[in-house]
Amino acid sequence: MRRFATERAKRLLLASRSPPSAFLCSSPAAAMDPAAGVVTVDTINPKVLKCEYAVRGEIVSHAQRLQQELQNKPGFHPFDEILYCNIGNPQSLGQPPVTFFREVLALCDHPPLLDKSETHALFSADAIARAWQILDVIPGRATGAYSHSQGIKGLRDAIAAGIADRDGFPANPDDIFLTDGASPAVHMMMQLLTRSEKDGILCPIPQYPLYSASIALHGGSLVPYYLDESTGWGLEISELKKQLEDARSKGITVRALVVINPGNPTGQVLAEENQREIVNFCKNQGLVLLADEVYQENIYVDDKKFNSFKKITRSMGYGDDDIPLVSFQSVSKGYYGECGKRGGYMEVTGFNAEVREQIYKVASVNLCSNISGQILASLVMNPPNVGDESYESFSAEKNAILSSLARRAKALEDAFNSLEGVTCNKAEGAMYLFPRLRLPQKAISAAKAVNAAPDAFYARRLLDATGIVVVPGSGFGQVPGTWHVRCTILPQEDKIPAIISRLKAFHEAFMEEFHD
Amino acid sequence: MLGVGGADGRRETRGRERDCVALSSFPLPSVLPLKCNETTEWNKERFSGIGGEGSPSGMAPKPLDYESLNENVKKVAYAVRGELYLRASELQKEGKKIIFTNVGNPHALGQKPLTFPRQVVALCQAPFLLDDPNVELLFPADAIDRAKHYLSLTSGGLGAYSDSRGLPGIRKEIAEFIGRRDGYPSDPELIYLTDGASKGVMQILNTIIRSENDGILVPVPQYPLYSATISLYGGSLVPYYLEEEANWGLDINHIHQSVAAARMKGICVRALVIINPGNPTGQCLSEANLRELLKFCFQENIVLLADEVYQQNIYQNERPFISARKILLDMGPPISTEVQLVSFHTVSKGYWGECGQRGGYFEMTNLPAKTVDEIYKVASVSLSPNVPGQIFLGLMVNPPKPGDISYLRFAAESNAILESLKRRAHIMTDGFNSCRNVVCNFTEGAMYSFPQIRLPPKAIEAAKRAGKAPDVFYCLKLVEATGISTVPGSGFGQKEGVFHLRTTILPAEEEMPAIMDSFKKFNDEFMEQYEDYRGYSRM
Repeated sequence: MRRFATERAKRLLLASRSPPSAFLCSSPAAAMDPAAGVVTVDTINPKVLKCEYAVRGEIVSHAQRLQQELQNKPGFHPFDEILYCNIGNPQSLGQPPVTFFREVLALCDHPPLLDKSETHALFSADAIARAWQILDVIPGRATGAYSHSQGIKGLRDAIAAGIADRDGFPANPDDIFLTDGASPAVHMMMQLLTRSEKDGILCPIPQYPLYSASIALHGGSLVPYYLDESTGWGLEISELKKQLEDARSKGITVRALVVINPGNPTGQVLAEENQREIVNFCKNQGLVLLADEVYQENIYVDDKKFNSFKKITRSMGYGDDDIPLVSFQSVSKGYYGECGKRGGYMEVTGFNAEVREQIYKVASVNLCSNISGQILASLVMNPPNVGDESYESFSAEKNAILSSLARRAKALEDAFNSLEGVTCNKAEGAMYLFPRLRLPQKAISAAKAVNAAPDAFYARRLLDATGIVVVPGSGFGQVPGTWHVRCTILPQEDKIPAIISRLKAFHEAFMEEFHD
Repeated sequence: MLGVGGADGRRETRGRERDCVALSSFPLPSVLPLKCNETTEWNKERFSGIGGEGSPSGMAPKPLDYESLNENVKKVAYAVRGELYLRASELQKEGKKIIFTNVGNPHALGQKPLTFPRQVVALCQAPFLLDDPNVELLFPADAIDRAKHYLSLTSGGLGAYSDSRGLPGIRKEIAEFIGRRDGYPSDPELIYLTDGASKGVMQILNTIIRSENDGILVPVPQYPLYSATISLYGGSLVPYYLEEEANWGLDINHIHQSVAAARMKGICVRALVIINPGNPTGQCLSEANLRELLKFCFQENIVLLADEVYQQNIYQNERPFISARKILLDMGPPISTEVQLVSFHTVSKGYWGECGQRGGYFEMTNLPAKTVDEIYKVASVSLSPNVPGQIFLGLMVNPPKPGDISYLRFAAESNAILESLKRRAHIMTDGFNSCRNVVCNFTEGAMYSFPQIRLPPKAIEAAKRAGKAPDVFYCLKLVEATGISTVPGSGFGQKEGVFHLRTTILPAEEEMPAIMDSFKKFNDEFMEQYEDYRGYSRM
């Protein structure tokens, strides 16, 4: 109504005004709407509307409202702080940054410090030496300049050396593209691979919703394969095959397989044998293997070890000509948890020069990724070595963080498993637990009554009662009829007991309320 | 009432078929036409591989052949880092001294970063320094205070993701800056921080463009970010020409003609891009021009995208920078309440030149709340812009004030940069205008000079024989002879038969005379070689 009134006012005001432009527009939506040119939710890119990202969805907006209320009206809620277990953001929950990395970054941010003798009183000698080493590979030592669009060459050399140390197989610095966190790298690959909705990407379910969001944004089709909860979120080749065939029978050209290892939200670490099967599957089916390996440092069990897909392919004797493989890494995870820096890279192997040029071109439109993040990516792939001045303090910091994460993972897993109707697989790696909730029928009906998915209903009740923010499993995908939540293991250790007791009290009350 | 309701409820019902994924965000189309085309042929070969564990790998075609990439990706051209840049990089590897004037990248050409912001960010990177009694030996007290202030605005220091729109405290400081600049208050909720302005432009264009029938009006010559992004998202670029004879002025009649021509082709024109001050053209828009543009956007229901990243780079007094937003609000209703505007800014330009930090923001005016929410959602998929870049933005909008310990130094450093840029703008324009067959408008603002090179017909023929566009041919010869790496005008768009190149005005001032001499010498020789007195390319 108001729109038509203003439309009329406009026309009266400006007699010279041309007739509504939109009748010449060819899209049907535009043709009906005299204001088609302008940006309304009805006239924006429909791919944008389709895209969803639950990790920062409605539940988080609600948590932010509650936090505001806590500030304005202390005591208004039955808890005194919001515990954000929705997102893998360790430093926001009190995890300290690794000192050595930050020393080097500070020196690179303000190089005149390196000329002052007082600096030696405040910074470790190896941090100073490393800062020099890094500045020397940056043209003009200019940390404020745009770099090569793939990232500073000298830093890519360092990262390639770090990868070679990790895998025991060489890495080529020209294969490395530094990005503002791993997410833009994933977007770039989706953009490159997706021509239309007939192009499909095989993604695990449950999955990290970056993938579903990115596929939706780029107009492709997500082809799901289900991880088997009963075998610790196992990845079965037979399931991959079944889903691939099914998608192909629908006319979908499946272009790539996404594997998240260690798993997000599911926390499993793939066994080497399983990885080989996956590699052979991709090779035989002509799929690009997109390996999300951002949790490679987050392993909490002794009987599992992280193996990069690069190492697996090379140890199988496959080289660049055999399989296209993209490995994503980030500074946001691991023991470093430097989310705010937006540092990351992808190592792109098995692509021909023509295709690589296209990736480079797309990277160049955005000029380059942030330099601080680039430097940090080179540091996490080359931490201090035995004998360096910082080595001991660095190792102590690293081990403290990783062993504490392992303890927290275990404590929360046990807590979830102690709840009525809840089962929870072990977090072998990554930063999350993904417990399954067997909800009473009454709770499911109550959820339906308010038009909510049962797990979203549970998560909302949990937040309102305890201030704990978790993400409903429906945001990640799950076997229909099963319900989960994702909870990070990141709250500081001294808070874990209180979280567990609040969680237990809530769950008991919830089950009591909705008992069938 | 649960806010999470709707979408999840739908998922539940849809999720029954296990084959169809249980997420509402990516429904598989229920009917998929099977056409016999390249793709399905390719598919058949794939099928033969299923089940056959040991099928010979040599038979499978490569999954990522060039032919099977997203066509929109292939269409993208981005000249700033294109053929010339690659050739220059090769020459550099061979040991030739290259003067990179192809990218507006001041620190790469020796501009020193401003001291105060670097001190603050270094302290934020290493917060343990703040507890060290020796910290005052290395840092002034106001930098220490400011670092504490910015750390208090974060939720866990530089290492934590911020809100996907940026830290609320920084957005508030930006809103206050915009309020002071324009004389109208600004709402921090409508300011989104990004990893550089380019990401913001890409995000907004992705929101606007639905198909190749959606058109975006872009000035020609333009900064190729716009053409590249429009290709990438599959939209149509609708060009409007700037008038070189009128100092790269903007003629509203030309825009009307461009819109009419596009509509004849069935294109729905949705947005108008202005770059003010201009890149690569360096002109500053007058208030009268901006008013005409806003009236035009109102009449035609077109969103205005105002690229204002060079707002600090002004080298004359007749036309100071005026934001599109100020004029919009000056004009009063209904224009001020109806015209949709998105304005872009960055830490990469101005006297800051902090390109490597990737800090930027956009401000939305008159966008409906639901659209703003959609933009927020897409921003959230990439989690958050980098936090150090956000702090640079905070510092840019709140530099040291008179009376602060660091004020004098900061003022001296920033004035020296701006004054020198102004002198360099003159040296460059005058230098080009003194060359044979070269004419150049004065760089009123921004960081570039965009001289027209009147190429003799013989040179154009020689270029054709070499398989190059004439301006590419000229620029390649230039970099080979002198090491000066420029961008040919064809990368930015130009009228047919007219040739330009873009250089930045960023080489160090002391090197400038020698650079212009070496250009002049090259140009003289080039013209000598190809001139035959039969006439020139136009103008």
